[in-house]
Amino acid sequence: MHEINLTPLLEVRDLQVAYGAIHAVKGIDLHIGSGELVALIGSNGAGKTTTLKTLAGLLHPASGQIQYGGENLNNIAAHRRVAMGIALVPEGRGVFARLTVAENLLMGAYSRNDRHEITTDLERMCALFPRLAERRGQLAGTLSGGEQQMVAMARALMSSPRLLMLDEPSMGLAPLMVQKIFETIRDIAALGMSILLVEQNARLALQAASRGYVMESGAITLSGASGELLGSDAVQRAYLGG
Amino acid sequence: MLGYAMKLLTQPTRFAFWLLLGALLLLPFVTDALLGRGWVRIADFAMLYIMLALGLNIVVGLAGLLDLGYIAFFAVGAYCYALTGSPHLALAFPSLFPGGVHLPFWIVLPLAALVAGGFGVLLGAPTLRLRGDYLAIVTLGFGEIIRIFLNNLNAPFNLTNGPQGISRIDPIKVADVSLNASQEIFGITLPSVHLYFYLFLAFTALVIFVSQRLEKSRIGRAWMAIREDEIAASAMGINTRNLKLLAFAMGAMFGGVSGTLFAGFQGFVSPESFSLMESIMVLCMVVLGGMGNIAGVILGGVLLALLPEVLRHSVVPLQQALFGKTIVDPESLRMLLFGGALIAMMLYRPAGLWPSRVRRRELDTDEAAETV
Repeated sequence: MHEINLTPLLEVRDLQVAYGAIHAVKGIDLHIGSGELVALIGSNGAGKTTTLKTLAGLLHPASGQIQYGGENLNNIAAHRRVAMGIALVPEGRGVFARLTVAENLLMGAYSRNDRHEITTDLERMCALFPRLAERRGQLAGTLSGGEQQMVAMARALMSSPRLLMLDEPSMGLAPLMVQKIFETIRDIAALGMSILLVEQNARLALQAASRGYVMESGAITLSGASGELLGSDAVQRAYLGG
Repeated sequence: MLGYAMKLLTQPTRFAFWLLLGALLLLPFVTDALLGRGWVRIADFAMLYIMLALGLNIVVGLAGLLDLGYIAFFAVGAYCYALTGSPHLALAFPSLFPGGVHLPFWIVLPLAALVAGGFGVLLGAPTLRLRGDYLAIVTLGFGEIIRIFLNNLNAPFNLTNGPQGISRIDPIKVADVSLNASQEIFGITLPSVHLYFYLFLAFTALVIFVSQRLEKSRIGRAWMAIREDEIAASAMGINTRNLKLLAFAMGAMFGGVSGTLFAGFQGFVSPESFSLMESIMVLCMVVLGGMGNIAGVILGGVLLALLPEVLRHSVVPLQQALFGKTIVDPESLRMLLFGGALIAMMLYRPAGLWPSRVRRRELDTDEAAETV
């Protein structure tokens, strides 16, 4: 195991999540250091989205601990976690279709009240995603899939998070757009943001991340540096078709 | 409020504003002279409906929570004033209320709004996880429960006087002047319906103002975010539980205010005024006019409140003149026309007669995309 930071920003211990009788996450451990880009890969139904939703507070764990910045998150509601710096880009983007791009971004800053800095951040988002700047008055629902993904990412960044969690950002996008989105993810990581990236596209995710976890039917079966995982036989066979 | 009014007056639209205000102030006199006093009364009812529609617009149009039992809050407001402003309680419980309650209207009004808001939370709390059709069914049930309670709570103790309803409700008084009798102001005789017209006009203006502020506020934007995607909304740091409850409560308060005014105006309430059909009618005003757009909702309210009256006054004489007898009853014709209007609207103006800016743009973009 690689330990980049001695005290991780996020530390999850023995997390279990269940939908009624169905155990979707069966006791996983993971951690993310400050400024680290970590990938969580696995096939459909492995429990990746459930894990992210639990970290964001949208689902309640059956057992286990979530420590974030030295605080126990277990009893903290989803809306308060945003103010603590945890942002989620939900699966399928979840843009507010009948609000404009600008309104979507403003909603991202809902938990903040530093008006002046919100304006500065809006300008930063326009610089980071020039496409969105052109379409700020357009309804988010009328954008292309890739542009909607950009809206979802920019909106999450507007909460000025310390930990950004992305759920399948490449889903349903054209290859060129996927490249573009991943470039942006790398750019954001280079600014020092901690990122947890959930992906089915294992190669892309591991190429961007420094470390990765492989999840299978609710449990983490492999973890390590991205290079190791990319080279490992198990990952090659299961996800990379090699 | 004053600052807002000043802004309105100093904008280029100020001329239109004064024109509208003047027209509205003259409306009861013009209506009275041209159509008769009955139509002023109809205009009074239209404003009660506008208030209801604007309240429901908060729940359905902004927060996206489909409510089919909204008339229950109107009923709660109406019965609040009926119970506290009539001799009913004194007659039903002589030992408890020997002289009757007879609380002044202006004290009951805020209390009734709060009680209605409380009922809104009561409806909202168990339905927080429900959306769309499931929520519609539960709210429909809630509306019926309230009506059935009102209908049957004359036993074991006579709280609501059952289907007979409560009569002899005190008229509304403004500064010790009863609105129930003609008043002479500056040498002009104002009949009761005119007085109520101006009172309701003031309340409607207030409701429009509050609606507008809410829509543009942080709360309004949070409601819209919940309407669009609840999961994403809570991932933005929105406390979806509290905001949904707030939407139910705010909508219910508007309904409660309207109901209290209704009870004072009518002097009589009975459960049959609060049927499911009324809930549907108010929802149709919101949808027909343009969900989420205040001007559209007002238009929908006016049209649907006037439609049955126009029919009643035109269909029978027309048939009498043509056939010498009444073949189609205006009430059944109303439902026919109404259904036809809704179908036509869904086909040709799906966003409503006067859609909100955003909905219009959305449809425009769709059309643009189709033509490309």
